Amino acid sequence: MLAVEGLHAHYGRAHILHGVSLAVGAGEVVCLLGRNGAGKSTTMKAIMGLVPPSAGTVRLEGRDLAGQPPHAIARAGLGYVPEERRVFADLTVLENLEVGRRPPRPGLRPWTPQRLFALFPSLETLRHRPGGRMSGGEQQMLTIARTLMGNPRLLLLDEPSEGLAPVVVERMAEAIGTLKAEGLSILLSEQNLAFASAVGDRACILETGTPRHTMPMAELMRDAALRARYLSV
Amino acid sequence: MEALAVQALNGLASASSLFLVASGLTVIFGVSRIVNFAHGSLYMLGAYLAWTFVSHGPLAELGGFWGFWGGVLLAALAVGALGAVLEMTVLRRIYHAPELFQLLATFALVLVVQDVALLLWGADDKFGPRAPLLRGSVEILGLRFPRYELFLIAVGPVVLGLLWLLFHRTRFGILLRAATQDREMVSALGVDQRLLFTAVFFLGAALAGLGGALQLPREAVTLHMDMAIIVEAFVVVVIGGLGSLPGAFLAALLIGELHAFGILVFPRITLVLVFLVMAVVLVLRPHGLLGRAPGAPPAGEQSPPLPRPLPRGLALAAAGALAGLLLAAPFLGDYPLILLADFAVFILFAASLHFIMGPGGMASFGHAAYFGAGAYAAALLLRHLAAPMEAGLLLAPFAAGLVGLLFGWFCVRLSGVYAAMLTLAFAQIAWSVAFQWVEVTGGDNGILGVWPSEWARGRLAFFYLSVLLCGAGVLLLRRAIFAPFGLALRAQRDSPLRAEAIGIDGFRIRWLAFAYAAAFAGLAGALFAFGKGSVFPTYLGIPRSVDALLMVLLGGVQTVSGPILGAIAYAGLQEQLARLTELWRLLLGLVILALVLFFPRGLAGALAHWHDGRRERRA
Repeated sequence: MLAVEGLHAHYGRAHILHGVSLAVGAGEVVCLLGRNGAGKSTTMKAIMGLVPPSAGTVRLEGRDLAGQPPHAIARAGLGYVPEERRVFADLTVLENLEVGRRPPRPGLRPWTPQRLFALFPSLETLRHRPGGRMSGGEQQMLTIARTLMGNPRLLLLDEPSEGLAPVVVERMAEAIGTLKAEGLSILLSEQNLAFASAVGDRACILETGTPRHTMPMAELMRDAALRARYLSV
Repeated sequence: MEALAVQALNGLASASSLFLVASGLTVIFGVSRIVNFAHGSLYMLGAYLAWTFVSHGPLAELGGFWGFWGGVLLAALAVGALGAVLEMTVLRRIYHAPELFQLLATFALVLVVQDVALLLWGADDKFGPRAPLLRGSVEILGLRFPRYELFLIAVGPVVLGLLWLLFHRTRFGILLRAATQDREMVSALGVDQRLLFTAVFFLGAALAGLGGALQLPREAVTLHMDMAIIVEAFVVVVIGGLGSLPGAFLAALLIGELHAFGILVFPRITLVLVFLVMAVVLVLRPHGLLGRAPGAPPAGEQSPPLPRPLPRGLALAAAGALAGLLLAAPFLGDYPLILLADFAVFILFAASLHFIMGPGGMASFGHAAYFGAGAYAAALLLRHLAAPMEAGLLLAPFAAGLVGLLFGWFCVRLSGVYAAMLTLAFAQIAWSVAFQWVEVTGGDNGILGVWPSEWARGRLAFFYLSVLLCGAGVLLLRRAIFAPFGLALRAQRDSPLRAEAIGIDGFRIRWLAFAYAAAFAGLAGALFAFGKGSVFPTYLGIPRSVDALLMVLLGGVQTVSGPILGAIAYAGLQEQLARLTELWRLLLGLVILALVLFFPRGLAGALAHWHDGRRERRA
């Protein structure tokens, strides 16, 4: 589905990504793990074209998207859910969803507000509430729902559990499970290892902008030494 | 009583026209963050095009209802199309440039449109026909009131309603509102921003064009329409709150009525009433009536690099040029000496503005206030106290500095465009004091006979005096940039919160910097007054503030030597072009556009970049 090869990215003169390579198969949930500053968010942004990659390829179903503007990458089928959520504070829930709406994609069941309300029931009662007047958890659900309105083939989820109450994190994990069951591929960046292990198939560990290991999630959960080396603070 | 009612209706009619222009300005700003100085030019073009369509060509032959209203609509659409073209060819390239740089580009467009309109329509005023169906007047409370004005009163609320529907009931409008809040996120959701921006420029420009076209039955179409409306439209947008349509509507009503009644109540201060109200609103509500504090700046905007001294080689070359000039001065004629003394004054003026804009990170659209304060201080001392030039030159910086302390206390509390507009308001207040307090300042006639002392009366002596004082001023400004004070100033610019956290009192630092810069502008003004032998209210006018702004931006805000290069380039270009051709505005505008597009860091920035590049290649 998604194949990233040798991705490099810079912020000004600072070299952040040093050749990140990873792959996400169809219907697979891959977790991008690593400490703060390892380059997880930058990897997401570079894939999405929000930080223009200085080298490397980003192939979605074989088509190279590196160097294209973000809107073209989104139209090609990548859906991006930013870490900071970035809901449009003045727009209502329905209007936020409208901004994300794109035409249906062949072979996918198109997302509608109704289907999304089934996935995140608490959004339905808030339909006319401005995004700025919602709780963090509700905003997180709204950002995911908004991105799904674009009928993406693959979802880039940047730290969806960050700053959320444990009960909301649980509900988020359920929703991701549902999406996975629908056949959606997901690249998920996470600090919360418990959350990642609950939803992930494979793990890709980053350190200082370089991929160190890729392995099945279950294997990582068995290898305490590896976790201590790359993930513990 | 009846007269008051009619006056109130008059106010409502002007409010509608003002709202049309201001709504376009605020919509464009909301989405693109571009402060479109050329919006008044689009308004003027709307009026001229409507005149052409209505009185020439097929529509004029058609005549009657469609001849007039067709012409008005066609003019609005044509101006909208022009706005879209400008967005695609010019503005699209500078979205990532600093806010003020965009302003420079749109100001260049103002110059270009001025001369193009002059070429196409000539200098004489154009008069349009009466509007079909709306000729004559109706009787209101026993007084006659023109039908057309009644129609205009209705246009404002109708356009507001249509815009509300557009923004809340259509996908396009929802996308625009989303883009106003977070452009990058909108594009990450698959929306092509370029189309959105082009469309928003079409919409905004068409509204300005419609506003201009609707003036046709009311007033003559002239080449001065652009500047007259743009300043008021800015005032309306700022009072209402940037990006807020209902705010713009409220503010337009306020300003419209203020104009209508100001004439009756305060005939002496009509010119300044609008700016007084803006100042009061901004002091009480720093983001306008219905505006909101701007969110975090869009991602990708980095704090500018530290100003760097010129590379050694270039600095030596500049010093050499200055020394050569000083040695050659005795052999120059009067004219070049006058010109060079003016250049020295402009350099100090630009450098003083640069101090608050570059290191200070504040924008000022009203720096001429302090230039003028210095000039008037020197002239008034001479006229009323018979103080010699030396006393004037010594006291002018203090006088201007005091004015800077007073105005700055209000201005430096705000940020961005709001702060800039408040500086403009204060400058206009100062200007109208000079203009309307005839007993003291001589009003429009100014103060004449402001000549230097005997020893400095020769052109050569005055040139050396100018270079000495301006050189000293520039060096003192430069010293402050690299002193701990300047470091603190830059710290609070780059990160206000972090600066506060390490004990820097941001307000105090900005306030003092503002006054310090004002003092040097005052010195420049006093020198200019003695050089010309007179002072006039134009010394404090908007054009002079804009001159300083252009010099700083042309030179490059984030370089220490930028204002020097910018002042020489701008003053020199203006002088040369004005001598060469009638169409100097057109050429100057095109040159500025070229500079903006090809040297986005200003002249000094480009020079330093070129120098670094050469050194890297050699290494």
